[in-house]
Amino acid sequence: MTLHLISIRNLMRRKGKAAFILAGLVIGVATVVGIISFVDATTHDIAHKLEQYGANILIVPRTENLSLTYGGMSMGGVSFELEEIRESELAKLTSIRNSRNIAAVGPMVLGVVPVDGRRILMAGVDFKAAGILKPWWHVQGGLPDENGVLLGAEAARVLNLKTGDRLAVNDRRLAVSGVLEPTGSQDDQLAFAMLATAQQVFHKPGRISMAEVAALCKDCPIEDMVQQISEVLPGAKVMAIQQVVKSRMEMLAQFKHFSFGISGVILFIGGLVVLVTMMGSVRERTDEIGIFRAIGFRRSHIMRIVFLEAGILSGLAGVIGYLLGLGSARAALALFGEGHSGHVPFNPGLAAAALILALALGLIASAYPAVMAARMDPNEALRSL
Amino acid sequence: MSYIIAESLEKTFGNGGTAVNAVSGISFNIAPGEFVGVMGESGAGKSTLLGMLGAMNAPSSGRLWVDGIDVYQLKQEQRADFRREYLGFVFQSFHLVAYLTVIENVMLPLAVTRRAAKEKRAMALAALSQVGLADKADRLPGEISGGEKERVAVARAIVNEPPVLLADEPTGNLDSRNSREIMNMFQRLNATGMTIIMVTHSPECAGYARRILQMSDGRLVGDGTPADKN
Repeated sequence: MTLHLISIRNLMRRKGKAAFILAGLVIGVATVVGIISFVDATTHDIAHKLEQYGANILIVPRTENLSLTYGGMSMGGVSFELEEIRESELAKLTSIRNSRNIAAVGPMVLGVVPVDGRRILMAGVDFKAAGILKPWWHVQGGLPDENGVLLGAEAARVLNLKTGDRLAVNDRRLAVSGVLEPTGSQDDQLAFAMLATAQQVFHKPGRISMAEVAALCKDCPIEDMVQQISEVLPGAKVMAIQQVVKSRMEMLAQFKHFSFGISGVILFIGGLVVLVTMMGSVRERTDEIGIFRAIGFRRSHIMRIVFLEAGILSGLAGVIGYLLGLGSARAALALFGEGHSGHVPFNPGLAAAALILALALGLIASAYPAVMAARMDPNEALRSL
Repeated sequence: MSYIIAESLEKTFGNGGTAVNAVSGISFNIAPGEFVGVMGESGAGKSTLLGMLGAMNAPSSGRLWVDGIDVYQLKQEQRADFRREYLGFVFQSFHLVAYLTVIENVMLPLAVTRRAAKEKRAMALAALSQVGLADKADRLPGEISGGEKERVAVARAIVNEPPVLLADEPTGNLDSRNSREIMNMFQRLNATGMTIIMVTHSPECAGYARRILQMSDGRLVGDGTPADKN
């Protein structure tokens, strides 16, 4: 006969109450585990997708006087007879330590060209990279070849050109292959040609004005990427587009905070279930506790009995809750995770944390009932003395 | 030499105008091995006195010594240890734990002692044998009769071999045959040297004791043999 046996026997006798407490804890733990597992699995996906949504690093020529803006940078009236970056230099990006974190590199050469008495900004780009760097582009028509040009919506309107028309640029006649749907950005006012075509038009063979880089920064802070790129391109200025990076990180953080907030509420409710049920159980056992005290159980022994009962249920809840949470996360990913395999590996750290969480919740919630039981006056409890 | 010394024990419930003196200025000595009955009408303070003797009901004033220990100078937890070591309780309503078997109920006082499981079981079986219920060790309280429940309660009270047995109306819920069996059991325990203090309404049960303390309105109004009372 031990205190453990008393606790176990009481749980076996009051199966309904024990099951109720167990259910409350299991739901709490399973929710936390499920949300954390789901968030972890999808955060990676979300981060990956976010990081592919446009550039987050800019490479521009190192200069004191020139202020270049694109996608927020202004260039009006600036001469481009400064030393630009050699296009071949971009090959060095494959040699940096985190080269596998680079989703796309988009070299760009910029120049102002006269068209029908007007001056328009023309950009030579790598259209393949643009597919990753500018996923918001929707082209009416098609992408240009070496003799073509893609017009921004505003540029097409001002120049009164449409797909199929021809455009005289310096000594070249370029065919309008397509028109961009309005993007709400500066792209609407530009004409885009293949990089080689633009380099020829601007007489800048092998030169670029800037390069955009889409870097995947989940496993590597963007500052590290910027540093590494700077080291291989000493003649260039490399900058993280902080606003882009920060907004992405904020979005992910908010997503996580919201998930954890929901988990916290559910855990609190689970704790309340334990507290209320244990208090009811202690009140029902007034007679029994009176006997224990009368025959020489200390208050600490009474508390130990209550805590043992809570501990047994909490331990079970931790294990069941983890397994249920893991299963739920897998099911949710399979149903709602677009393109996600639904595989969530067993995480021993999370399993241990789930067990500790369940134990902590169960024991904290049963503290008041345990104290209440220990403080019972054996005389009143027994009523016959 | 007295084993139990009660000196001017008083117990008051409530305050001011609503205060009730349940026990007023009771003093007595009990020698080792005495079998004492406590009698009196309802509300005389018998159970309150027994609670004080049982180290569960601190007196408003007065002192109690058991085996030289000033009981109410002990701290709460020390009094729990004292009860476990010195006292055995038998209650009118048996107060067995319904979800423990007979032998587990008997072993309850041993649950917080540092004895091996085999030793605990052996002690419990010995106690059950003394009350004639060794063959019902694995039954649940719901599966035995009222008389048997009271005998299990006695076995639980004596499993630790306490020097003092306190009984509150031990035959209150029993028929005459079972009552006689319990009283005979008490006499056998007393013969081994156990000091027994028993609260009872029953003159028949009181006849088994060798000394009667008569209470009325919280005071001790008589202290003599059962013959004196008759």
